[in-house]
Amino acid sequence: MRKFKEFIVEKLILICGLASIFFVVLIFIFLLKEGLAVFNIVSPFKFLFGKSWYPISEPPQLGILPLILGSLLVTVGAAIISIPIGVGCAVYIAEIAPPRTKETLKAGIELLAAIPSVVLGFIGMVTLVPLVKTIFHLPTGLTALSGSIMLAFMAMPTIVSIAEDALYSVPKTYKEGALALGATHWQTIWRVMLPAASSGILAAVMLGIGRVIGETMAVMMITGNAAVMPNSILIPVRTLTATIAAEMGEAVVGSEHYFALFAIGIVLFIISFAINVTADLFLHKRQ
Amino acid sequence: MRNPYRTQKIAFFFLLLATLLIVVPVGLIVVIIIQKGLPAINWQFLADMPRQGMRAGGIFPAIIGTIYLVTGAIIFALPIGLLAAIYLSEYSKDNLLTRIIKLAIVNLAGVPSVVYGLFGLALFVVFFKFGASILSGSLTLGIMILPVIITTSREALESVPYSFREVSLSLGASKWQTIRHIVLPNAIPGILTGTILGLGRAAGETAPILFTVAAFYLPRLPDSVFDQAMALPYHLYVISTQVPNVDEKIRYGTALVLLTLVLFMNLVAIIIRYKFRKKKKW
Repeated sequence: MRKFKEFIVEKLILICGLASIFFVVLIFIFLLKEGLAVFNIVSPFKFLFGKSWYPISEPPQLGILPLILGSLLVTVGAAIISIPIGVGCAVYIAEIAPPRTKETLKAGIELLAAIPSVVLGFIGMVTLVPLVKTIFHLPTGLTALSGSIMLAFMAMPTIVSIAEDALYSVPKTYKEGALALGATHWQTIWRVMLPAASSGILAAVMLGIGRVIGETMAVMMITGNAAVMPNSILIPVRTLTATIAAEMGEAVVGSEHYFALFAIGIVLFIISFAINVTADLFLHKRQ
Repeated sequence: MRNPYRTQKIAFFFLLLATLLIVVPVGLIVVIIIQKGLPAINWQFLADMPRQGMRAGGIFPAIIGTIYLVTGAIIFALPIGLLAAIYLSEYSKDNLLTRIIKLAIVNLAGVPSVVYGLFGLALFVVFFKFGASILSGSLTLGIMILPVIITTSREALESVPYSFREVSLSLGASKWQTIRHIVLPNAIPGILTGTILGLGRAAGETAPILFTVAAFYLPRLPDSVFDQAMALPYHLYVISTQVPNVDEKIRYGTALVLLTLVLFMNLVAIIIRYKFRKKKKW
């Protein structure tokens, strides 16, 4: 009887172990099931590179290029801000901060990671957006720039914690060797530690960017949501994620609009899949 | 010749600056929300229905909705996540299957939250015909927090020293008995940390519940798991972007309640982990 019970338990454990694979596949299947139908109406090429997104006009125009560029613009902006600051902070925490400060800073970074994106979006709306508006004398502060700044804060915790891990796992002997040869602490960091941790830092950056591309609420609240081809960082843009979140509520289940939004979901899923697999390869290379 | 010590000073200054650029805004965000939100908080705000199209009254149904959703998510995710963690730490071998499972977990953690919303809509709301309901929302959130629970629980299980298992097995206990009576009890603080972090994550997310459960304005409590419900993060989104002329106090107050809820859970998790690390006997 006990043998039988253990047999059942162990099978259950195996099944749950496989659950993650099952869910990833299930998500992809359901996105495909609902999204692929859009390609009966519009060719994949026109869908990805079409310049106008008017899903409810007659006939609907379903080109997501403005949305892709919107996402890209906001993401590049966020990356430019968050990578130097994030990696700098990781180096500070890993190498310079005294032990007590280090613990406090790490807890602070964790808290930043925990702030819900809708709260960050709200704070961005009431503080950052008016600021951007006045500084650049714009008709509206809801711009790609505001989005980039706010999203940089969402990427930073990821970048800091993974880059800090990477620096921490560089063998102590490397550092001791460099210092023994008379290098200053900074020379050791710059010439020895950073190169040795480079693949981990690269993974950190990629995962941070992955977080930015997938971010929805904050971006929807502060980038202005205009589905037009962006030509400047100071105008409203609309991202892939915000489009889904803003329009799915009105799309009728089974309509072209509904299919198109799921097809955007497929695009997002593939982007995040690619980023995560590559980042994982980098992290594995290190070990 | 450049003085390497001066270079070092300059470099360290910039590193400190980078750190401050993260820490100071975070502090400011928290301070602003507390300062402007605190005057809104009173018993009526927490325990009353919203009134006049959310421009007055309280946020009670949103708080309750979030509690229901989070509870549902954890009921679904904790058993699966824990068993998956046991599989990875105790049973899996170093082979391709394990590698794929780990990759799947990483990917599950990386899927954009709005894509979870789409998935929940397609699977639970439309395919299983649960409709927009607490059940659909909880299941969607449950799948979303699975990676958090698996990863932290696995770390906790793996940190139990190998010798504990060897002793138990050598005394004649079976593998499952060893896990059940030796490994699990020693890993409980870590598992608890993961669970609380998962709860915090589920409480704060908006995108996955947009199309699976969230009610725009529903000034009553849900009767069953097949009911729609309001939820705090969605409520904050609605009153700050969709409804004009909402008193700023109500917005800040809602943000403060949500932030407090989420940060409190994270703080508890951090404290448990810290205490456990200190007290660890091995």
